[in-house]
Amino acid sequence: MWVLDKLRDPGLCGRLLERVKKLAADAVSHLGRPAVFMEVCGTHTTAISRAGLRGILAGSLELRSGPGCPVCVTDIQEIDQMLGYARLRGITVATFGDMIRVPGSNTSLEQERARGADVRVVYSPADAVSLAESLPGRQVVFFGVGFETTTPMVALSLAEANSRKLKNYSVFSVHKVVPPVLHALVAEEDLLVDGLILPGHVSAITGRAAFDFLSDKFGIPSVITGFEPFDILGALCQLLEMVLSGRAEVQNGYGRVVREEGNKEAQGIIHKFFYVADASWRGFGSIPGSGLLLKREFSGLDARHRFPIPMLPLRPSKGCRCGDLLKGKITPAQCPLFAGACTPAKPVGPCMVSSEGACSAYYRYERGNGQ
Amino acid sequence: MTAIGRASRGRDEVILLAHGDGGALTNELVKGVFFKYFRSDTLRLLSDAAVFNVEKGRLALTTDSFVVDPIFFSGGDIGRLAICGTINDLAVSGARPLYLAASFMIEEGFALSDLERVLSSMSVACRAAGVSVVAGDTKVVGRGHLDKIFITTTGVGVVPEGVDLGYHRLLPGDLVLINGSVGNHGLAVLAAREELGFGDQIESDCAPLNRLIDKLTRRFNGIKIMRDLTRGGLATAAKEIASAAGVDFWLTEKAIPLDAQVYGAAEMLGLDPLYLANEGKFLMVIDVAQANAALDLMRGDRLGRQACIIGEVRKGSGKVYLKTLPGGTRLLDLLAGAPLPRIC
Repeated sequence: MWVLDKLRDPGLCGRLLERVKKLAADAVSHLGRPAVFMEVCGTHTTAISRAGLRGILAGSLELRSGPGCPVCVTDIQEIDQMLGYARLRGITVATFGDMIRVPGSNTSLEQERARGADVRVVYSPADAVSLAESLPGRQVVFFGVGFETTTPMVALSLAEANSRKLKNYSVFSVHKVVPPVLHALVAEEDLLVDGLILPGHVSAITGRAAFDFLSDKFGIPSVITGFEPFDILGALCQLLEMVLSGRAEVQNGYGRVVREEGNKEAQGIIHKFFYVADASWRGFGSIPGSGLLLKREFSGLDARHRFPIPMLPLRPSKGCRCGDLLKGKITPAQCPLFAGACTPAKPVGPCMVSSEGACSAYYRYERGNGQ
Repeated sequence: MTAIGRASRGRDEVILLAHGDGGALTNELVKGVFFKYFRSDTLRLLSDAAVFNVEKGRLALTTDSFVVDPIFFSGGDIGRLAICGTINDLAVSGARPLYLAASFMIEEGFALSDLERVLSSMSVACRAAGVSVVAGDTKVVGRGHLDKIFITTTGVGVVPEGVDLGYHRLLPGDLVLINGSVGNHGLAVLAAREELGFGDQIESDCAPLNRLIDKLTRRFNGIKIMRDLTRGGLATAAKEIASAAGVDFWLTEKAIPLDAQVYGAAEMLGLDPLYLANEGKFLMVIDVAQANAALDLMRGDRLGRQACIIGEVRKGSGKVYLKTLPGGTRLLDLLAGAPLPRIC
């Protein structure tokens, strides 16, 4: 607790905040407009909003949210496939709590559970494996959502299921990896971003070096950082300093957790069970080499293989602009449905219901800040 | 004492459907078990209704059902909750709790030893509060038709002359106080339900607040309103008051008491303590002139040692603002659905 206390120390944060404000003002003079930084991690979106930083810095620095929420970027057709599993007799769906309320084309896991589907919330995929063991008469399908932070745990659950010789555990993987979506994001011509705040826990797995292409190929200053106000303010200082000096580097501001080469063991277990494939991202369409699917030798653990579910035709969305939001093209307040037709109680898109979603964070923390 | 519904298997006695029939077994259960823990003379008359005199004044009536899962958790159980929850609803409404009624719906097969554990806990809570259960009911339903045991308690109290609590009394400049740390109960129950392995590090704060609140209302006529912090936590209670009264609340994050263990566990799980349930905490809005004296009184009481002033009322329209540690401002609103722990 001492460490967290220090990282939240109001005195330290206060001094850092003053420094950010000063550098931001210098950047306004330098650029002729406020600098624009984008965070690409849902936990950062929430942390920034919770600390009220967007509001404090409004006018001198613009903080935008990008594609940081693994739930939000899951294609609606894949959510519909998972909902299809929930409706199959004999299948128990195991999922992280976040997915329960995410709307598919016309229903959600929460609604299906109320109608009799067997849907269980688990805190970890290991719990889903234990669940399968305790329910020999049912097929447990785990909804594999998440970036590099989560995928190693899911891979470990597959290893565990294998070692226990379970025949009733499988994973429906919509796992994705982050560097390709950032590549797609910054390659867009009309993107106006002066720097990126990179995800702390994804980087813990991938390592700092995995993001070097941002500075080397695209000249975008980037800082990996943690989730305390102190961490985020520190990253803003580093980004502003780079903008002011015209340098573009990928800096590690989360050295207590992130190494240069990342977590080799976690990377190893991901690649033991999964292979990299093209994947469809809400808002971006297909991004090459951005998804993780189970290798053929583990088809016995792959729900897609064992229980093929046809993909339903894509229905036009009801005015939902999650896609543009995820690319940072609009802020939540600019979506016509925000806080009106789309609220956490009655969400139209996943960005409003996922705890990592930008709309959810803005709805909870930013309304009333002039956002 | 006759054996109560001895089950055919093992030594664990269980509740049978027949215990809810109203016949001999029900009689044995009530007299042999319930009466061990509920000693009220009125109750023991076993008439169809409890009859008692009331002092002149306004009566307060409240009811609540308790279906918590699991029924036993660190720092409490469903029985303690059932007593404290209803007593506290009366107390924060300005009423002195007088009597309680308790009805039990029990699943066939529920262990008698568990029932006794729950009843014993209720008895302890009643003694601490100085309030008795004077009327009761028991039903038993078939296995699988409900989850172990549900309890409904109804409480009646009297609001003394001169106590006038209500949204209409809130004024800009009033201060917002709380009697202690937030999130304890919600996390304790979650930890027990999900078997998170926290041991006794996080305990429910379930407690009867009527004695402390009585001391406060007797002394301070500047208390405008009080609110029990249950589901939805501090943030929800604040939001409900602010909306109903048509004012804004400005709270300070630094001032909100939070136990280190609750803070740490909530961080790990990705939960916000401001939205987690409490069962022994209340918000109080009081005239600024009386706030410090009220704070001293609370801190002199076992259930108010960590009492703090956490914010103030301002002119507004029902919003609740939180000044964050780094100096920003955050809006606190009602949660949609239960708090969900993070994925990554």
